[in-house]
Amino acid sequence: MLKIITAVIGRDLKLAMRRQADIVSAMFFFVIVVSLFPLGIGPEPDLLRKLAPGVLWVAALLATMLSLPRLFADDHRDGTLEQLALAPHPLGLVVTGKVIAHWLVSGLPLALIAPVLGIQFDLSSEALVVLTGAILLGTPALSGIGAIGAALTLGLRGGGVLLSLLVLPLYIPVLIFGAGAVDATVSGLGGEGHLSLLAALTFASLGFAPWASAAALKIALE
Amino acid sequence: MKDRFNFYRFASPATFYPLAGALIPFFVAISVLFGLAGLYLGMLVAPTDFQQGEGYRIIFIHVPASWMSMFIYLVMAFWAAIGLAFNTRLSGMMAQALAPTGALMAFISLWTGALWGKPMWGAWWVWDARLTSELILLFLYIGYMALTAAIDDARRADKAGGLLLLVGVVNVPIIYFSVKWWNTLHQGSSVNLAKSSMAQTMLWGMLLMAMCFWMYSIAVALMRVRTIMLERERNTDWVKAVLEGEGK
Amino acid sequence: MIYWNSFADFLAMGGYGFYVWGSFGLTALIMAIEPIIVARNQKTTIARLKRQLRAESRADNRNTAE
Repeated sequence: MLKIITAVIGRDLKLAMRRQADIVSAMFFFVIVVSLFPLGIGPEPDLLRKLAPGVLWVAALLATMLSLPRLFADDHRDGTLEQLALAPHPLGLVVTGKVIAHWLVSGLPLALIAPVLGIQFDLSSEALVVLTGAILLGTPALSGIGAIGAALTLGLRGGGVLLSLLVLPLYIPVLIFGAGAVDATVSGLGGEGHLSLLAALTFASLGFAPWASAAALKIALE
Repeated sequence: MKDRFNFYRFASPATFYPLAGALIPFFVAISVLFGLAGLYLGMLVAPTDFQQGEGYRIIFIHVPASWMSMFIYLVMAFWAAIGLAFNTRLSGMMAQALAPTGALMAFISLWTGALWGKPMWGAWWVWDARLTSELILLFLYIGYMALTAAIDDARRADKAGGLLLLVGVVNVPIIYFSVKWWNTLHQGSSVNLAKSSMAQTMLWGMLLMAMCFWMYSIAVALMRVRTIMLERERNTDWVKAVLEGEGK
Repeated sequence: MIYWNSFADFLAMGGYGFYVWGSFGLTALIMAIEPIIVARNQKTTIARLKRQLRAESRADNRNTAE
């Protein structure tokens, strides 16, 4: 079981490394969107500190959305996906591997770059740590839920926009708890409660989403 | 064994089409009756609310519309589950026929919520947990309709839409509680509208209006599902027979 | 039993007339227009399907005649 997952992760990472430009563009998208906010709102540190968690999280949601349409599309085009669906091992495991690989190339870099952007918003070092932790904990859920949307919209016209319509409302709990964790730290309440709920969301969606995505893929491949 | 037989019989579009056609006037009539009774009680008989004045009368459509918007989503998810489990043709059509009405109910709920909020809270929009959840529900409806509209193959549209509905129905409680938690943390704007000490006439007026909305939704969904059936099954003999019978 | 003293009172809704009638008005409008649109869709669908059916049967006839 673990072998299948690691094999898929390894393969997808190798493919992603051949297209590093995609990863880098998504990261720059994140950086640019976050940097635009102070220009739109004004540079008052108090205001920025208050807005930082929400701005960083919304930008993170959008940045993970960018790479989602590619999640299954390439494998679908060259027929790999159909082979995987016909293979004896459950498709849900394959999707689990793909979700983890997606997180490694989209969520993880965001978590690494977020503290740097947090400094722009004058966040305290404690808040920066919580921010990084929250993005680390929350983005796997985004990849998982996003995989369902990617599978449902596989091969459709205007799939990218449709995907965001389907997936963004489902991201709301992650946004609330993720931004809430940083918010609570900034206001001195402590973000542990939020972080544990975020972890619960991530585990639930990693357990549930790959199988729902596998079902959606089978529908799309029929 | 007999029940099973009947279930499949009515689940077949050829039998359901005329049945739905016969039921529509019936549901319209009950809806109008309930609506008239509810409006009479709510608008003419019910006394004023001592806290909110006459503005509270918006409750007679706001609450039924909110209930229906949530209920219709659940019914759609129910049809989706049946459709995915038993592979019935009718269930996907029912879910698609219900969606626009559900979205309109969510919209009515938001609209009346805004018109209620302005005099009561002093703002058209307040990020109250219930209003926010209703907005998200509207987004879910729009997502479902956009997905089914984007898929050309009807069977795939049914199944993909059904799966989205099931994912949505699992997520709705999570979204609701997260929004509620978010709302209490950012303390404040939540005002408790529905008071438990509601006058009897008010409660009855509201329930009658809810029945009116319910029957209305069934009638419109049946009308819509008939069109969907003709479109989907246009190559079958029963549709040809229906078309030949029409307009003679 | 009727709560209101006059029709003008009823319309004014104790000063909330705009909000109450704005809510009821739009709801009534939606609930009147939605069935009309659905019925019209049904009619155009039937007309279109009939046309297709006729075109098909004409094509069939021609094929058998040839």
